[in-house]
Amino acid sequence: MSSVDRILTTPLHQMHLDADAKMVPFAGYEMPLQYPLGIKKEHLHTRENAGLFDVSHMGQIKLTGQNAKQALETLVPVDIVDLPLMKQRYAVFTNKKGGVMDDLMVTNIGDDGLFLVVNAACKVADFEHLKSLVDSGCEVELLEDVALLALQGPKSCEVLSKFAPSCSEMTFMTAKILEIDGVECLATRSGYSGEDGFEISMPGHQAERIAKLLISDQAVEWVGLGARDSLRLEAGLSLYGHELDQQHSPVESSLTWALSKTRRLGGERPGGYPGDVIVMSHLSEGTKVKIVGLQPEGRVPVRDGAMIENGAGNRVGQVTSGGFSPSTGKPVAIARIEVSCIDDKSNLFALVRDKKIPVSVVKLPFVKQNYFRG
Amino acid sequence: MSIKYSEDHEWVKVQDEDLVIIGITDFAQEQLGDLVFIELPEVGDECSRGDNISVIESVKAASDLVAPVSGEIVEVNDRLADEPELVSEDSMGDGWFIKVKLSNVSELDDLMDDDAYQTFIED
Repeated sequence: MSSVDRILTTPLHQMHLDADAKMVPFAGYEMPLQYPLGIKKEHLHTRENAGLFDVSHMGQIKLTGQNAKQALETLVPVDIVDLPLMKQRYAVFTNKKGGVMDDLMVTNIGDDGLFLVVNAACKVADFEHLKSLVDSGCEVELLEDVALLALQGPKSCEVLSKFAPSCSEMTFMTAKILEIDGVECLATRSGYSGEDGFEISMPGHQAERIAKLLISDQAVEWVGLGARDSLRLEAGLSLYGHELDQQHSPVESSLTWALSKTRRLGGERPGGYPGDVIVMSHLSEGTKVKIVGLQPEGRVPVRDGAMIENGAGNRVGQVTSGGFSPSTGKPVAIARIEVSCIDDKSNLFALVRDKKIPVSVVKLPFVKQNYFRG
Repeated sequence: MSIKYSEDHEWVKVQDEDLVIIGITDFAQEQLGDLVFIELPEVGDECSRGDNISVIESVKAASDLVAPVSGEIVEVNDRLADEPELVSEDSMGDGWFIKVKLSNVSELDDLMDDDAYQTFIED
């Protein structure tokens, strides 16, 4: 077996095995899909209490240099220059055609440093992409031997405060250095479940100790990738490879909210990122397709890839993510569909095993987001 | 009443000489995880061994129920439409799927008995 084929593991691998997780290959890593509790209960536990997720497979990248902020702006349609100290912002890497290469979180950690969290499946490509910034005097480092834990749910702060009381001073999308059991960690108050919570970056060799502390709390259960997906789906959050891809611009993926005003036409620093002309034309002229929420009628789950037809039987879109929503007890889906059929309120159907399931366009999210904004 | 098992993890209970009840095993429902929807065939449908006759949707994915025997579907468990969780709670009882009138009783001989199935799932 070549080194390329070798499956990677996170620093918490043994803990997952000990917790009797069902492990699956994901983005080159062996990761927990679910624990004995099962996807549905893990999901509901996160909505009501607190779930602990090992997301150490994700890429953690440090970008340093006097021009780091300006340099990163050449790759993302987002305001990085004015990102305040210890604040976090959502961004996307665009390609030359304005499509999305990956989505990421950017934190200004001070001392001319930016901390990036990118998708596991894209991290090598993202790192290569970021290396183009070395010419502008930046250092780019894909952090090795680090772990990333997400603690998500309404009880996250209560739990984390027991070990790091100052975490309660944080609000949504801010960062802080927390000392947990003597270990210095970089925490952000964010995540991808739609709930209040934290993502905590730490040295890999300390991860097991910190995970054991957190999981020992009665309010906390391990949560696997299965529930991570159903949680983000209910919260209406985009996933790379589903709602986001190289072929569609952020506007076509309904991420217009993430495109900073300063980087748009008429802003202080308009354009200047790959595919800027296309993205800006999508902003000013609109697009033919967009991402919407769909509520299927009945109980049949409408899953990724299902075609969407209008009443006349014409194909008008495709489901990008879909499944069963444990919180609502109903199937839910996200789809990319033609804007015209939303405007004229067409009857829409999803094709599931050649049957037409009526679906209606609904506002995202399916479940209210519960971020802590102070 | 004898119970036989298929390699696709279905149980087949012989109720009468040529009438069987079919469901999925506990092992299968555990592998599938939380079930959210079950699509059953229509009463009166004919099935041949190996046909996909039902769809089982879990939180994770959709899987097919493969006919372990051939015959006519004479009854379906309508309760599963609204209560798919019956399969997880009582896979060998209330969580049954269909009743089939066999067209070829000898197909039962190709199925495993309890001991053979236990060995099969341990491998």
